[in-house]
Amino acid sequence: MAHKRREMLTDPLVDNNPITLQVLGICSALAVTSSMQVALVMTIAVTLVTGFSSMFISMIRNHIPSSIRIIVQMVIIASLVIVVDQVLKAYAFEISKTLSVFVGLIITNCIVMGRAEAFAMKNPPIDSFIDGVGNGLGYGLILMLVGFIRELFGSGSLFGVTILETVNNGGWYVPNGMLLLPPSAFFIIGLIIWAFRAWKPAQVEEREYKIQSVEAH
Amino acid sequence: MHNDDQQTEPQGFIKRFLALPSDSVPKTIFVAVSVCLVASMVVSAAAVALRPAQVVNALKDKQINILQVAGIYDPDVDVVEAFAAFEPHVLELATGEFTDRFDPVTFDDRAAADDPEISRALSDDPAGIGRQANYVTVYLLRDDAGDLERVIMPIHGYGLWSTLYGFIALEANGNDIYGLQFYEHAETPGLGAEVDNPRWRALWSGAKLRDDDGELQITVAKTAPPAGEEFHIDALAGATLTSVGVDNLIKFWMGDAGYAPFLEKIQAGGV
Repeated sequence: MAHKRREMLTDPLVDNNPITLQVLGICSALAVTSSMQVALVMTIAVTLVTGFSSMFISMIRNHIPSSIRIIVQMVIIASLVIVVDQVLKAYAFEISKTLSVFVGLIITNCIVMGRAEAFAMKNPPIDSFIDGVGNGLGYGLILMLVGFIRELFGSGSLFGVTILETVNNGGWYVPNGMLLLPPSAFFIIGLIIWAFRAWKPAQVEEREYKIQSVEAH
Repeated sequence: MHNDDQQTEPQGFIKRFLALPSDSVPKTIFVAVSVCLVASMVVSAAAVALRPAQVVNALKDKQINILQVAGIYDPDVDVVEAFAAFEPHVLELATGEFTDRFDPVTFDDRAAADDPEISRALSDDPAGIGRQANYVTVYLLRDDAGDLERVIMPIHGYGLWSTLYGFIALEANGNDIYGLQFYEHAETPGLGAEVDNPRWRALWSGAKLRDDDGELQITVAKTAPPAGEEFHIDALAGATLTSVGVDNLIKFWMGDAGYAPFLEKIQAGGV
């Protein structure tokens, strides 16, 4: 049992990563990865919300009518997100200013809904909590990787600490401005997916159809 | 049977609902109502409990920005203590006179612009702000002898994507800029957001608003205006529209619709 739970926690990091394998939560991964500090706070927020929403939904899973189950899940997720947002505004004001709308958008993060619907509705609370935390961490791992590349080469710093002195501040490094814009995260996530699938060929999907060669007449 | 149910005690009432099949209509309504009740209680408890800390944060953030633009911010000194050095006043823009109508500590500049009683819609609106409040809060910094040293005034205007909110600090002569700083905007990171770059902000220090004839000459542009280099702030590379926005808002706020009457009064030594 303990072994199974550890797998539930580590499985979403690489083998079943919500971003690279399930390709969920891309939208916010583009928006919050221009600096590592913001990505870290977003990771913590999403991990907490996914973990606790899965747990609460699992606790009442046998009583949720299937006709309104999505709305019940949404109400629980949205409440948790609002609480996280309020806590950030009270204790991490600077970061909540940078994250602004993206904390609110955790509600629409497919990972949270996906785990609630796919796992928490069928499994007991503690397992659901671990599954939610694992998926939040898997999301966070990619966020931090993308944030590392974008902040280092886009602004020449990591966690706000200057690593490469930029030209604007009298240094030598000409920052890659494109990395500060959201589309660059698409390229980086694409490259990470490629790297993961080259490392673990089991992740490569079967083609849905094959192009057949037609004999010449 | 229905009558019997109504006589059951509250616990039995809830248990009876829980025992219903999940997809029945009463159970659906019961679950929906109770989930909403619990969720709304959690949310309102969090909002009410954390409100005081949030208000303190927002105020502190604004005060830090005022301290920074006035050049007296020291991270080691308590913000509230350092902020006591300022003398806040609510200013009537049209006359340039201070008013006692509002308490400067509680007066909310941003809310005032939406209050039809004390604001006006702008027909000539280069800064792109729509409505302008008739009153604003300004902060005076005096030296030990009680003479005016610097004056800090709020400014805002539209850039490329967002309204930039900031403060400008002027020297006691009401014409030399001491500093300018935006505390809230959503311009493009790396391009327009370079309005936050300390090196660009430093360009403002020492620039002059008006020439000897009293004409407003300050310009944010690629090249210096004919009036001379002391009225020129170099535009941000790669952020033309943000620079144009800053240029418009500085001209608007320093002009007749903005602080001009107040600045005349400062120059006459009336503050």
